[in-house]
Amino acid sequence: MRSATSRVVVALAAVVAAPAHAHLVETGFGAFYDGIAHVAVTPADLLVVVALALFAGQRGTRAARYALYALPVAWLIGGAFGARWPAAAAMPLLTTLSFAVAGALVALDVRLRDVVVAALAVAAGLLHGLVNGATMAPAGGVGLALAGAVTAIFFVTAVLAAEVTALPAGWPRIAVRVAGSWVAASGLLMFGWLARSAA
Amino acid sequence: MRRPPDGRAARAAVATLLALASTAALAHEETGQAAGFLAGLAHPVSGMDHVLAMIAVGLWGAVLGPPAIWVLPVAFPVVMAFGGLMGLLGFPLPGVEVGIAASAIVLGAMVAAEVRPPIALAAVIVAFFAIFHGHAHGREIPEGTSALLYSFGFVVATGLLHAVGILLGVVHRWSAGRQVVRVAGGGVALAGLFFLWRAVA
Repeated sequence: MRSATSRVVVALAAVVAAPAHAHLVETGFGAFYDGIAHVAVTPADLLVVVALALFAGQRGTRAARYALYALPVAWLIGGAFGARWPAAAAMPLLTTLSFAVAGALVALDVRLRDVVVAALAVAAGLLHGLVNGATMAPAGGVGLALAGAVTAIFFVTAVLAAEVTALPAGWPRIAVRVAGSWVAASGLLMFGWLARSAA
Repeated sequence: MRRPPDGRAARAAVATLLALASTAALAHEETGQAAGFLAGLAHPVSGMDHVLAMIAVGLWGAVLGPPAIWVLPVAFPVVMAFGGLMGLLGFPLPGVEVGIAASAIVLGAMVAAEVRPPIALAAVIVAFFAIFHGHAHGREIPEGTSALLYSFGFVVATGLLHAVGILLGVVHRWSAGRQVVRVAGGGVALAGLFFLWRAVA
């Protein structure tokens, strides 16, 4: 009888226990909004999105349009892979490299073809999406969370790339390059942090 | 099947209940984000030698005009971050404090004397001194904050100090303002001499 009672108690506790949350942010509004917030509070993700949006804007309207769709779609695909095979939960060296390179491209105002800009967006989207998916998977609701993250990325890319595309020559465009240099410099420092942490 | 002794089942049930009812583990590593960013912002302004040298970079850029007015403030944070990387990796750099003091002397003197070298040479001078500033900061970076946000705040603060120098340098276009900028440069150089004396004393 006691054994049966204890089993009931354990079963009841298992049913009512709150799920484990390995997710980064809990907004209280659900997984979709958690995904939006995740981008906002994950500096490596935010910096790569901002840097790529600035770079796409620098390269003109067509490159901006390519990046606007390439980055979120690649992010979603990478996220789906990451959620399915969450072994690659963190790749700080690669994610740091991605935003540092994007920042350097902005700072140097490197002239690249539109297709190359799109390819860079795809590569960055796949990489960061993979990490996102792997991070979000344990919390469940990864589909909605990814949708939220991708929506935020689309919005940020659209606004920034459109603004930069419309900027006149002179100080406004120099300010964009300065912002890129800050992102690149942060990446350099981050490499040092990572090396020191690994030592 | 053997039954457990009296009380064991109840204790097991309570233990299981406590384990299941425990609060969720938040497995995120980006803790202390606001603190990290603010600490990074505050770090470059914590030493007057750094502050004056960074403002002097902006002032010299303003004196030189385009494109130096933006090339120098872009070069400094990037090369400074490289110096920070060296510091974090533990690369030895002798005479860091002397180099920082010398940066204030040289950059202040450049502003005071309105020296106008080619843009490449000006960038090399600024980059050379940026290594010392970055190395010193790299060694001093604290543990336990969000590394990336700290780094970003640190770089942004450096850039904003350059912007202060550029804005102060706007008065350089007027004759009276030109003298003010030169005096400011002289003040930075004198302060650099004081820092040098303190470094070698």
